[in-house]
Amino acid sequence: MVGIVGYGTQIPRYRIRVEDIASVWGADAPSYKRGLNLNEKSVPGPDEDTATLSVNAARNALLRAGIDPQLIGAVYVGSESHPYAVKPTGTIVSEALGACPRVHTADLEFACKAGTEGLFIALHEVQSGVITHALAIGADTSQGAPGDALEYSAAAGAAAFIVGSEDLIAELLTTDVYMTDTADFWRREHTPYPEHGGRFTGVPAYFRHVTGAAKAIMDRAEMAPEDFDYCIFHQPNGKFPVQVARKLGFTEEQWAPGLLSPTLGNTYSGSSPMGLAATLDVANPGAHILLVSYGSGAGSDAFIFRTTERLSDVRDRAPHTRTQLDEYRVHIPYGTYAKFRRKILKAE
Amino acid sequence: MQVPRFWREIPRYYRLEAAACVQCDAIHFPPRKICPSCGANAFETVRLSGRGALTTFTIIRTPPSGFTDQAPYAVGIVELDEGVRLMAQITDCDVDTLKTGDRMIAKFRRIREEGRTGVIMYGYKFVPDVGV
Repeated sequence: MVGIVGYGTQIPRYRIRVEDIASVWGADAPSYKRGLNLNEKSVPGPDEDTATLSVNAARNALLRAGIDPQLIGAVYVGSESHPYAVKPTGTIVSEALGACPRVHTADLEFACKAGTEGLFIALHEVQSGVITHALAIGADTSQGAPGDALEYSAAAGAAAFIVGSEDLIAELLTTDVYMTDTADFWRREHTPYPEHGGRFTGVPAYFRHVTGAAKAIMDRAEMAPEDFDYCIFHQPNGKFPVQVARKLGFTEEQWAPGLLSPTLGNTYSGSSPMGLAATLDVANPGAHILLVSYGSGAGSDAFIFRTTERLSDVRDRAPHTRTQLDEYRVHIPYGTYAKFRRKILKAE
Repeated sequence: MQVPRFWREIPRYYRLEAAACVQCDAIHFPPRKICPSCGANAFETVRLSGRGALTTFTIIRTPPSGFTDQAPYAVGIVELDEGVRLMAQITDCDVDTLKTGDRMIAKFRRIREEGRTGVIMYGYKFVPDVGV
């Protein structure tokens, strides 16, 4: 049996409220808050990036896993905001954790599903028996163009999962995928901000792929929504994951523990993985969890996990995700946010 | 800082690796060739916990280039639980309420970068240890 042996998250300390973004652009904050179910989002500090969030999340995962970092045979970092265009984030993470030098590393990209891509590869690689442990991270410090709808949601955070085959806290029951070529969101080389297809990002993109992957994996596992204790769907805002969960037949009790976006924003590659971490923080042993990511371009990875008795022994070894989100926050004005995100032109 | 010089410091900057004297157990950070406590020259590599208390600090309001986006910020000396003292930037804090004795935890952060196109140097900074 393969599964998760440790998990951890990191959320930056800073937040900006929807009102403070809307007031700069003359937009109607209540309609954004209502329409997207978003109240505020996380903002990385000037000394944070995908590599730092990844390392700090992975250290929390190591605290829970309680393994020697030298046992980690592979490190996958999924992100659309790797600090370098050329030079891996995974080498920085592996070195900081003490996993080098006999560790296979790759940086992954697939818009918001790069994190679960790493998890998918890590789980199946460990299952193959080639290595005993792998680390999969979803992390982003995502950017929306100033004034664009994405600016209200593009946030920062990371989730890390150490995968193994012994001392599991959650066993993997099965995986599935649903992927097509659908250009709903993209960023071309040398451009700072992504572009998107507006409402096209909804039905033909997010909803088609998330629903497709969720149905495929439930068919494969011969399970129905009522067989699950928890569900997590990718969270580009606070509205889409709730809509898709309802449409599939899930209830608020199942999605609420993992729904972070109303006060976190969209952490892109970190989004659904952080929802999984928040769910593991509260799940009882024997709980069935459905995780479905979504990445523009477009595709969804789906996973079904069943928690074990060991989960309750390790979850308090590192900070809970909801504690990081609710208790570690300082609100900043738009000017500070613009400075931290390097949106202000200044002399070198 | 040149890339090779920074690269040589990775064990210290990334992992807080220190040298523990095999003869008298004194821990040195950065590592030494000869133990200042007992004169021995054999050490074991140990990783520091990164947890400790703020011993003293100053607030930088006129920062050097590369740090202007972070002003005002604190630089302090933290005494780790192992007894080792190290100087670092204190980040994610309100500099006006910071006080000596505050519990600190090391976090992995960007230290500086060589302009917009150069290498990014990572390492440790401290943040108030509030359980997150």
